[in-house]
Amino acid sequence: MITSTHYMLLSAALFMIGVIGVMVRRNIIIIFMAIELILNAVNINLIAFSHALQNAVGQVFAIFVIAVAAAEAAVGLGIILAFYRNKETLNIDEMNLMKW
Amino acid sequence: MGEAIAFYTLAAFILGFAVLVIATKDTVHSVLFLVLDFLFVAALYVLLEAPFLAVIQVLVYAGGIVVLYLFVVMLVNLKRPPEAHQDPRRRTWLGFGLSAAILAELAAIALYSSAGAAPAGPAAALPVAGNTEQVGWLLYTRYLIPFEIASMLLLVAMIGAIVLAKREL
Repeated sequence: MITSTHYMLLSAALFMIGVIGVMVRRNIIIIFMAIELILNAVNINLIAFSHALQNAVGQVFAIFVIAVAAAEAAVGLGIILAFYRNKETLNIDEMNLMKW
Repeated sequence: MGEAIAFYTLAAFILGFAVLVIATKDTVHSVLFLVLDFLFVAALYVLLEAPFLAVIQVLVYAGGIVVLYLFVVMLVNLKRPPEAHQDPRRRTWLGFGLSAAILAELAAIALYSSAGAAPAGPAAALPVAGNTEQVGWLLYTRYLIPFEIASMLLLVAMIGAIVLAKREL
């Protein structure tokens, strides 16, 4: 019997993989993809509860999360392109213009 | 029984491809594994009786966002590997430790909260039946203003992306 706890644990594991990607990798495109994985983990949670409570509101919020993810990807990749044109790098350890 | 087999198979594929996304050296391979991961998440949505979300997932994520990523990966023509230089202050093991702490915390919340929670009663019935109809009904009645704000956000993001990616204004 698959309960919503199973889906929550799957979502937590996917979230953790995304967090590892954000913290460990140095290629900024891979970091953006890890953020997409994190947002997908959130969506799995929302839809699992929508299924468990027989309430479609969770799916509506998942649609909003997808819309925000699309906006984030478009703006973020635009920033990456603009940065790459100036500095010729994708390594976040070399992206410290505004750090100090 | 069939649901359990489908869930564990999909979960194994989702987590396996997610690990491959963040572990692969080649960025193009990473993007392709991301497509597979999104497709398996869409299959999980079908298992959760949300077919509309599954289609949206395939259209928007696997079809739109990933193409955007592929474009950027192809546009940036790297002369040296992107991970060649490492800041000596970077602590990789600390990242793994913090991630493990987050997983432990989330798993504890999931297990403890589900142990004592009473199942909520069914929500107020909507005047329409069917998954897509219900989502559309909620989106255009109770959540109309967030829906309009989301469209505004997408317009702003589109203009912002064009402005950022333009060579000179």
